[in-house]
Amino acid sequence: MSLATTNYLTPTGREEAWRFTPLSRLAGLHDSSVELADRISLSARGVPAGARLEIKSSEEAPSLSATDDIVIERVRDVAHQVLVLTIEKNAEIGEPIFLLRKSEGQAPEASRVQIQAGAHSHATVVIENVGSAVLGEEIEINLEPGANLRFVTLQEWDNNAVHIGRHHAIVGKDATFTSYVITVGGSVVRILPTVEYSGPGSSADLYGLYFATDNQHLEHRIHVEHKIPNAKSRVNYKGALSGQSARTVWIGDVFIKATAEGTDTYELNRNLLLSDGARADSVPNLEIETGEIVGAGHASTTGRFDDEQLFYLQSRGIPAEEARRLVIRGFFAEIVAKLKIQSLEERIMNRIDTELEEAK
Amino acid sequence: MSTLIIKDLHVSVSTDEGMKEILRGVDLTINSGETHAIMGPNGSGKSTLAYSIAGHPKYTITSGSVTLDGQDVLDMTVDERAKAGLFLAMQYPVEVPGVSVSNFLRTAVTAIRGEAPKIRTWVGEVKEAMTALHMDPEFSERSVNEGFSGGEKKRHEILQMELLKPKIAILDETDSGLDVDALRTVSEGVNRVKENQDLGIMLITHYTRILRYINPDFVHVFAGGKIVEEGGPELAAKLEESGYAEYLPA
Repeated sequence: MSLATTNYLTPTGREEAWRFTPLSRLAGLHDSSVELADRISLSARGVPAGARLEIKSSEEAPSLSATDDIVIERVRDVAHQVLVLTIEKNAEIGEPIFLLRKSEGQAPEASRVQIQAGAHSHATVVIENVGSAVLGEEIEINLEPGANLRFVTLQEWDNNAVHIGRHHAIVGKDATFTSYVITVGGSVVRILPTVEYSGPGSSADLYGLYFATDNQHLEHRIHVEHKIPNAKSRVNYKGALSGQSARTVWIGDVFIKATAEGTDTYELNRNLLLSDGARADSVPNLEIETGEIVGAGHASTTGRFDDEQLFYLQSRGIPAEEARRLVIRGFFAEIVAKLKIQSLEERIMNRIDTELEEAK
Repeated sequence: MSTLIIKDLHVSVSTDEGMKEILRGVDLTINSGETHAIMGPNGSGKSTLAYSIAGHPKYTITSGSVTLDGQDVLDMTVDERAKAGLFLAMQYPVEVPGVSVSNFLRTAVTAIRGEAPKIRTWVGEVKEAMTALHMDPEFSERSVNEGFSGGEKKRHEILQMELLKPKIAILDETDSGLDVDALRTVSEGVNRVKENQDLGIMLITHYTRILRYINPDFVHVFAGGKIVEEGGPELAAKLEESGYAEYLPA
């Protein structure tokens, strides 16, 4: 049994896992100074044929993976009901399944979700986080052999929301997992997109987009564990920051264990600083225990807005402000275009425009 | 009929050792329909002249004036200069990832013309201009200048010039990095625009090669930050023969 809620495990900020996170702004999620409610605030806009949405007890839906994150351990202790979305074996679901979170005005919440993607199923799940909330969340996603799941989370929170979450995928034999983490709202958002593999021939593509303005701390800590041979991972996160107190953190941990021969991995993080004072931390980390791999690499860049691009566009008559908007939309276009859900693509691009407006 | 008048233009850039003067009193007048070749050795300040007129923030105008049809160009923002009718075809066009050529062209034309072009005529207009420059239609879906070859970048510059319909165009080393076929295509494009739109051209080049395809009315030798000799096309022939040695400090 976890000892998570005992005080001596409360992070101090000196731990590697917490050194970037502003603990004082976590609204008590990490130190048990507030009580968390065991509540299910996600609801489906509609559940199509081939999918099933149920509430199970934590006994019926035990955790599928190990974690050492203090907040996630606490979520597991508190949440005795689990929202379980099951995609049936061989189901082909074309339209995305939308799960909307409504926490407005509610007490701080511990939320557990499991998504079971049946063998050879195809589906897209979109989780929309809007409004104001204090949320500790764990989403475990299990892909049976041959499953193909696209998993989108939108953090479009109001400016005072605090959200600590873990999205853990277990990718089975020949299964394909693609995640899109879009984080534009919230006071503090700390998400752990983590992946493990349970069979060979599996692949995980993790895409992310974040835009931080003043008083926002947006943190994404990726962890991909290659223990199974012949699995593939790709990570591509892009972020923009505008405003003196805008902060982002991107950690990309990829571990290739001795047993993971034939691994193919590449991770990338790019940050665009749009104003003085904004700070982006980017820490790619690759640990390789076998040389028998297809490829492993990483890249990280953090740079200022390119004035030459601005000059080029302006010299064609495009006003400075519009030129800036074009360049920033262009920067994110690579990620957004991969969504292939037109309504969401437009929504995200419009939100980026709004962020830019507010950042002025 | 338009006229660009450059009078006693002095321009500096800031370096680690302080401000350094690059242009030292440039005088030049370009009218619609005229082609002026600016020729000179590397480092003589030719590109600085081009970028200063376009308004690049790196350059500080310390004295002199630039006017287009009596309007003070130096008082305008970069985009206002383009709207007033100036165009700079760059030697090294800038990559803008994620912004498609079609979106870029449409945004620029909308800004210059003051209204969005009608979709139907616009598509045809772009297609025609691209065909004339031997550009593949799929080109318009690529990101601006990203992964373009040298020749593709220069064709794309001339394409913009054709669509934006400037009064005066500055072509900065448009011939650099082009093979003979690309040089011919690009030159034909320039001549076509000049003919159709009565364009005035400042053609900046190091070599006489491009002058076989684009005939200058005037040739100006540029050295040490100013024009040191002026003449007709015969001056280019002389440069072809003897190079710039006599204009360089001993």
